[in-house]
Amino acid sequence: MSTLARKQGVGAVIWDYLTTVDHKKIAILYLIAGGFFFLLGGLEAMIIRIQLAVPNNDFISAGFYNEVLTMHGTTMIFLAAMPLVFAMMNAVVPIQIGARDVAFPFLNSLGFWLFFFGGVFLNLSWFLGGAPDAGWTSYASLSLASPTHGIDFYVLGLQISGLGTLIGGINFLVTIINMRAPGMTYMRMPMFTWATFVTSALILFAFPPLTVALIFMMMDRLFGGNFFDPALGGNTIIWEHLFWIFGHPEVYILVLPAFGIFSEIFATFSRKRLFGYSSMVFATVLIGFLGFMVWAHHMFTVGLGPIANAIFAVATMAIAVPTGIKIFNWLLTMWGGSIRFTTPMMYAVAFIPSFVIGGVTGVMNAAAAADYQYHDSYFVVAHFHYVIVGGVVFALLAGAHYWWPKMFGKMLDEKLGKVTFWLFFIGFHLTFFIQHFLGLMGMPRRVFTFLPGQGLETGNLISTIGAFFMAAGTIVLLANVVITTVKGKRVGNDPWEDGRTLEWAVSSPAPEYNFAQTPLVRGLDAYWIEKMEGKKGLTPAEPLGDIHMPNPTILPFVMSLGLFISALGFLFHNDYGWGLPVGIIGLLITLVAMFFRSIIDDHGFHIPKEEVMEAEKKGAGA
Amino acid sequence: MKKWLRNWRLVSLISAMALLLAGCGKPFLSTLQPAGEVADMQYDLMLLSTAIMVIVIAVVTIIFLYVVTRFRRRKGEENKIPKQVEGSHTLEIIWTVIPIILLIILAVPTVLYTFKLADVKPMNKKERDVVVVNVRANLYWWEFEYPDYGIITSQDLVVPTDERVYFNLKASDVKHSFWIPAAGGKMDTNTDNTNQFFLTFDEKRAEEAGRLFYGKCAELCGPSHALMDFKVKAIPRAEFDQWVEKMKNAKPVASTDPVVQRGEEIFNKSCIGCHAVTPIDGRPEQARIAPNLADFADRSRIAGILEHNEENLKAWLKDPEKIKPGNKMTDTYPALSDEELEALTKYLMTLSVE
Repeated sequence: MSTLARKQGVGAVIWDYLTTVDHKKIAILYLIAGGFFFLLGGLEAMIIRIQLAVPNNDFISAGFYNEVLTMHGTTMIFLAAMPLVFAMMNAVVPIQIGARDVAFPFLNSLGFWLFFFGGVFLNLSWFLGGAPDAGWTSYASLSLASPTHGIDFYVLGLQISGLGTLIGGINFLVTIINMRAPGMTYMRMPMFTWATFVTSALILFAFPPLTVALIFMMMDRLFGGNFFDPALGGNTIIWEHLFWIFGHPEVYILVLPAFGIFSEIFATFSRKRLFGYSSMVFATVLIGFLGFMVWAHHMFTVGLGPIANAIFAVATMAIAVPTGIKIFNWLLTMWGGSIRFTTPMMYAVAFIPSFVIGGVTGVMNAAAAADYQYHDSYFVVAHFHYVIVGGVVFALLAGAHYWWPKMFGKMLDEKLGKVTFWLFFIGFHLTFFIQHFLGLMGMPRRVFTFLPGQGLETGNLISTIGAFFMAAGTIVLLANVVITTVKGKRVGNDPWEDGRTLEWAVSSPAPEYNFAQTPLVRGLDAYWIEKMEGKKGLTPAEPLGDIHMPNPTILPFVMSLGLFISALGFLFHNDYGWGLPVGIIGLLITLVAMFFRSIIDDHGFHIPKEEVMEAEKKGAGA
Repeated sequence: MKKWLRNWRLVSLISAMALLLAGCGKPFLSTLQPAGEVADMQYDLMLLSTAIMVIVIAVVTIIFLYVVTRFRRRKGEENKIPKQVEGSHTLEIIWTVIPIILLIILAVPTVLYTFKLADVKPMNKKERDVVVVNVRANLYWWEFEYPDYGIITSQDLVVPTDERVYFNLKASDVKHSFWIPAAGGKMDTNTDNTNQFFLTFDEKRAEEAGRLFYGKCAELCGPSHALMDFKVKAIPRAEFDQWVEKMKNAKPVASTDPVVQRGEEIFNKSCIGCHAVTPIDGRPEQARIAPNLADFADRSRIAGILEHNEENLKAWLKDPEKIKPGNKMTDTYPALSDEELEALTKYLMTLSVE
């Protein structure tokens, strides 16, 4: 029987979300968890900026500052940006390709819970002896020297959440390869789906090096290994290589979906198809490919020698070409269009100049000989915040506003949305533009304070003021979410009126089964094509019938919990007697859950045809 | 390269930018006020890349502003459906080829300079006639050893102007990075290997900057990473040679002042296990676990950061943890009474080679 008609109590709702395998609910879980960690990372950012507002400030201590800066970076990348990207992918991609769900709904849920428990584990460090303090890059010599358990929390927490990400990536690869509706050829896939596809491939190849690096580090720190101890034949530079072989593609893992989101928004609100669609696809694939060839540009000052530095410098510059193609394609998408400045479109429009600045400073950084000056200075801090905030965060905010009605059935308030936008946009440039100059004026990054008399006072104060604008914008956004949830009006299938892709053809939010009948896709922007021909809905590719759905299950939650307990045990196994047994018990919990998953035959259930018809009638009336 | 730059069309843009940027920061710290050959090359590259990037930004901005004003949906256009354009091969080729050309313009000098800056052959010749400094980075302090002269100092690097000074760089505990922004880009001091590079300090520009450049640690290394500063005294070659001679011939001078004598007594009891007071220190580097204090009184800062005076020295000796959290000196010696502080301070202030 279906869950559609049931009225639920609070307990039942929680149980529903703990056990759900529905991609739309998992998207909401990712959104909530990622949003929470985004606020946490933002709070850490505010602490950093307050500490650096004036020279010789003693708002927080030097040691605590290092913990905060490490957790800010780690949280924002792994626990905020990644899951929020996954929220968008889960909410949209299956519907965009005309599928009823992802290929492996069980794994989808497992991916989320692994990420979630990994993130919670990492943040437990605040309460259990201190957070990691070696930067999000956690370079080996410093992280091995770190006296607290912080780095151990980092290693095990990221290992667990990284597994979740890897599983998620594989899932989307398989989904996009296998689950496309009839007629949805690769070259008819919406740009966001393409971005998800390439991103998932990047995840598949980028996360294993991180896993290896984290295992080495775990061995060194917890089990007497010597992978990174030069005195015993280890080498710390290996960590840097492994980390950046992961770390650089990670940037593209975040920014390609951002490009995808903006591509959808530009087309929708310019009421025009994406300009140069095939070159956009080509550029996305090329960026993904080149993204693996450039990691050593993070290591220009390590001493790899002029040959390596020159090769990686030129390879890095090459990435600017496909990125440039994208920028001009977006501009030309708007050219001749009929642009409507909704909140998502404001972010998209603001993204272009912001991201271009981040992109060109990237090319400047690529010039190895000059990078000896930029490297590890505030110039680099400014550069990557322009890319990550101006690119990824703008995209996530844009995507959240854009797809909010599709996820929750209500529109976020446009007025408040624009207030958030302006506060965030102004704050962002105020905070980070000046940091380019601080770096060039000789301010190294990751400093807990700076001395007076070095010409760095004004810049830092301006930067801190900007941070408060961004914080204010975020608060308005939160208020918007609450107000919308309480008072928002229900909307129909296509609330922006200019929706082009399949997700705008189903009700908001989409029914559990997405499509009553799998649609037939007749070209790029499938829904737009139908609308232009005066049709109301999609052309079905199958007769109406019973719909086969997967059963909810608590097993992914249990498996992840087991790993969480296990990590906690092994982390303390050198300090306490209970460590080892708890570690083993945790692993057993996971293994038993996996065993049950293997032997229980779960055939799922069917939503009968009549129920689907009834739901569709209701959906149409809403 | 300079000539080539002059011939280049961007020259006016570049000089305008140079004027603009030169106002940024302090001459002893800013990369925008280069003080030697290395920093000059990097500055040229910065200007060239910035000029190209400003052009790119300008082009994008112009198209951008035109598009978002010209094509906004106006009243009465609610039902207008614009023409659905697929793309344009001509345009796409243009915006592929032009960036490639711009990048080649940038890539050529980049590769050239990258190799130029890596030329450390003169320091590795058997019979070398260049100044070589072995830099050893330690948790929050720097050791500078001049292997050809057999002398060691710390915190204040002394270099001759108007010639290439070569460096061997390594770290003794965790990774650090050696950076003198006004003189040139940084290089990491690794725990695994020794890195080599060179820097140059112009006589004229060193004088303008007050002959004291600021050096920084650029790699996160622990709580006091931000305070791991050092200073560079750039002096003419003749003066440098004099300094080397003085360092080589420095002899401890017996003081007649009973307070200084008392201070020396304390020092010999509590401090000498880690700190050497002669510039010639034959012990292996593993044994040199704290800064050499032979020319302590000649230094420009206490602990690399505080103004050089007795008051600050006392504050440091009393509670170094308060000044540099996480340093390796805290709690390695018994607490000092006011009288002992006074004596020790007086003694340390006599450690001079001048």
